[in-house]
Amino acid sequence: MSIAISLDNFDGPLDLLLHLIKTNEMDISDIQMVEITAQYLAIIDQMKQLNLDVAGEFLLMAATLIHIKSRMLLPVIEEFDADEEELDPRAELVRRLLEYQRYKDAANRLDLLPCLKRDVFLRQFVEPDNDAVGTEDDVNVGIYQLAAAFHQLLKQTKIDFVHEVVREQLSVADFVHKILDQLNRCGQQSFSDLFLSSGSRQEMVVTFLAMLELVKMRMIKISQSVEFQPIWLSLAVSSAALGPECLDEGALGYG
Amino acid sequence: MDERCRAIAALIFAAGSPLSLDRLCQLFDCSRSDLRPVISQLQEFYPLKQGGFYLAEIAGGYQFRTDPDLSPWLVLLSRERPFRFSQAALETLAMIAYRQPVTRGEIEYLRGVDSGGVLKTLLDKGFLRILGKKDVPGRPLMYGTSRHFLEFFGLKDLSALPTLKEFSALDPALDPLLDSGSGQIESEKNLSAQQSADEIETLIE
Repeated sequence: MSIAISLDNFDGPLDLLLHLIKTNEMDISDIQMVEITAQYLAIIDQMKQLNLDVAGEFLLMAATLIHIKSRMLLPVIEEFDADEEELDPRAELVRRLLEYQRYKDAANRLDLLPCLKRDVFLRQFVEPDNDAVGTEDDVNVGIYQLAAAFHQLLKQTKIDFVHEVVREQLSVADFVHKILDQLNRCGQQSFSDLFLSSGSRQEMVVTFLAMLELVKMRMIKISQSVEFQPIWLSLAVSSAALGPECLDEGALGYG
Repeated sequence: MDERCRAIAALIFAAGSPLSLDRLCQLFDCSRSDLRPVISQLQEFYPLKQGGFYLAEIAGGYQFRTDPDLSPWLVLLSRERPFRFSQAALETLAMIAYRQPVTRGEIEYLRGVDSGGVLKTLLDKGFLRILGKKDVPGRPLMYGTSRHFLEFFGLKDLSALPTLKEFSALDPALDPLLDSGSGQIESEKNLSAQQSADEIETLIE
């Protein structure tokens, strides 16, 4: 039986295995390991002959199949772990295949839902040209967006190659106060402006840490009117509630 | 329709993203129970397949959307090619949608392949959110779906996802294992602490 299959069509070894079981019309709970292993290895071999790189995952599955096949050839010793362990060496594989099949099916059904800009369209909304903050519809900024924005800034700053080792003592608490002061004065501030005064990479990092601390303490709010627009910081508590006594290095855990 | 009713319709029409009931209550200074009948009145007024667009309930809010069966015409208007998911991206998204919060290790065990690239793409496109770190060795990141995910697929919330179909072509005695066992899976243990720390960085690079 010749098998003309390209691995590119498969999303992974589980996908390929499911395909083989289906084309052979096998019962998934009673996989004929000899047959399936032989066919699977034939496909991998074919790929190698075509000088294609076979991804490690496919090789790992080949090893798993051979391992299961060999375990099935060995006689089962009844006395040992008769009911504790799964008796059928294929059980784990079957479970994974069924689970995988479930999500593959779910993926297909997701694709059938009316998707934006494919099946369903919205009015082209032209954003009014202001960066007002504080509306309820603001997109919530997640940690991933914050980290990505910070990474972008770090990339923009040039690194000074000066070989003078000075131990700088930057305090997160100091920067926490600095941010609070700035916000107190201006009401709101954009994420990138926060780093304008930072001279060094360390200062930027400490500023970022201080900002995260403030978010954690729910003292500032971070928002964005539309994705990819500037990220804005504003106070989440009234300025009167900001006693300097509540914050020191020790309380922040950096002491 | 009274003026408030018309105003709500106009607001939903003019808003850039789905307007939630809470937001409307705030704007009109009234309670949810006041506005619910107004919303259902509007939904009756703007049903599917009547006027070309309908009032949809999306991501906990309300929004006007075009009727899905009209897409062949709408595609003519839009200059960008419709966004298509790869099979790998859809599969990964489905796993995250149904199992969130879920770690990269769990996804890779389920799929049997490395999923870092797919995860990064989904994060960049805004379909995913990082929900925190799992309290297991290595503290891997936990992923879930975002609000944009709901808007994209036109879902009112996560419970509106199509139900997961059980494939029980195997011994029913094994079935419970399908749901329980995989939570704390072995591949998890292989995730070293360093790997997890690197995870967010490699995703951003």
